Amino acid sequence: MNNHVHQPEAIPTRHKPKRDLLELRQEIPSSIFSAAGFVVPALLLFSWWLVTELGFVRPLFLPSPQAVVMEGWRQLSEGVLVADASISIYRIVVGWLAATIVAVPIGILMGNYRIIEGSLEPLISTVRYMPVVALIPLSILWTGIGDAQKILILFLGTFFQQSLMIMDNVKNIDMNLIRAGQTLGFSNSEILRRIILPAASPGIWDTFRITIGWTWTYLVVAELVAASEGLGRRIMDAQRYLATDTILFGTLFIGLLGLLTDYVFKKSGQSLFRWNSQTR
Amino acid sequence: MNQTLIKPKVAIDSVGKTFRVNAMPLVAIERIDINIRENEFVSIVGTSGCGKSTLLNMVGGLDEPTSGEIRIDGVPVAGPGRNRGFVFQSYSLFEWMTVQTNIRFALEKSTMAKAEKTELVAHFIQAVGLSGFENAYPRQLSGGMRQRVAIARALVYKPSILLMDEPFGALDAQTRGMMQELLLKVWEDHKVTVLFVTHDVDEAIFLADRVIVLASRPGRVKKDMDIKLGRPRSFDIVTDAAFTAYKREIFADIREETLRVMAMERA
Repeated sequence: MNNHVHQPEAIPTRHKPKRDLLELRQEIPSSIFSAAGFVVPALLLFSWWLVTELGFVRPLFLPSPQAVVMEGWRQLSEGVLVADASISIYRIVVGWLAATIVAVPIGILMGNYRIIEGSLEPLISTVRYMPVVALIPLSILWTGIGDAQKILILFLGTFFQQSLMIMDNVKNIDMNLIRAGQTLGFSNSEILRRIILPAASPGIWDTFRITIGWTWTYLVVAELVAASEGLGRRIMDAQRYLATDTILFGTLFIGLLGLLTDYVFKKSGQSLFRWNSQTR
Repeated sequence: MNQTLIKPKVAIDSVGKTFRVNAMPLVAIERIDINIRENEFVSIVGTSGCGKSTLLNMVGGLDEPTSGEIRIDGVPVAGPGRNRGFVFQSYSLFEWMTVQTNIRFALEKSTMAKAEKTELVAHFIQAVGLSGFENAYPRQLSGGMRQRVAIARALVYKPSILLMDEPFGALDAQTRGMMQELLLKVWEDHKVTVLFVTHDVDEAIFLADRVIVLASRPGRVKKDMDIKLGRPRSFDIVTDAAFTAYKREIFADIREETLRVMAMERA
């Protein structure tokens, strides 16, 4: 691997430039790459607008984009949106943090000590397939109908996968780093703290990014029962009245917040682990 | 060699290693006896699966022999220690540390004064030709440069033995040639005993005072050969008649081994 030897920027090719976009594994201009990411949603939005505008579907089945935007504006001006979003974000953050605080040490221990992996991995691997939604009645019996119940559901939806992924992050580091630490005279706990953890941290950060996305997807499930506020609750209420514009707006808004969270983790990861990027 | 008269630096004494693969014993190394003198440069070559890396790991204390004993300065090896430095093929640098901090990290367990450490780090950065790259992160360096950091890191705490496991195996031919010359220069300036595992016969001869050819399945010493080429060596000796003669002999041994292993696999 000679990373200082850069590939020439423009590789002369026999093909016409038009075909190059469909070349196997071939790099394409970054402007086209990013533009493509806007074109597809824009096309979808346009077809959505078209079918509703031309009256192909009844608004009950698919409200128009304008109706969804209007619904968003209504929620925002009435203050409902901010109230819903703040309570939901609070639950997401606390639920995800709780899962993370437990999953990080457990994942690290499982990744480093075979005995701990052996005792926990089969259990966690089984539990993670359990449908969290089925646990709602139990979660209510255990924690009541307050915020704790919502947070517990988010915790259950996140924790098991997360601990397994962190275990993998830790296991994936180069064994020779540990050996180098041993030959340099470091103790096991020093190697764990000063070599294994920093080496695994970019991977763990990426796990954070992916798992908080999952926490977002559990929001509706968490706010299914005994909630009066929240983005998920608003969607469930709307179902009762077949307010499809509210449903669509709520869903898209959760998606948007998820995207934003993802972006924040990605960017902060890049600046936290600057050493992990290929070039300066 | 008068190895009975001179106390060996490294004594590999009837060392055997058996692994368990699917509950079946697999003899990786049958019985190896090698004595290495102080400041000797020894290359170990052999086909893949001859146990050369396993042997090196056992000298490094990263793996334990099933039978026999390895002694360094007469003391049995009981784990890794700071009298040995290790360079791995996979660079194994601490990627979150700069070149300078990587090397300095190796001195953390040393009792010397801060100023002395700083001086040593600077000295080795210069010795491996990385001046100007002190604050670069490993990811920003080429393979050859990364391996220079690894060599500096393995030497900075002044171990008396340097263990190298195919350190240049991942480099392209030109870079590998440069690194071999660099290694010889560093070795001549900072005398240490070197055990160098490789499957590149040219590399083994060019570097070493002595080349040990291992036979495979199970691993054992097939040939132990002194390389009587003058020092300092420059890369043009690879076309010398003496060099070619050594090469022919070692190649014949390795070819014989490869054919034997292939016949075994067919059976």
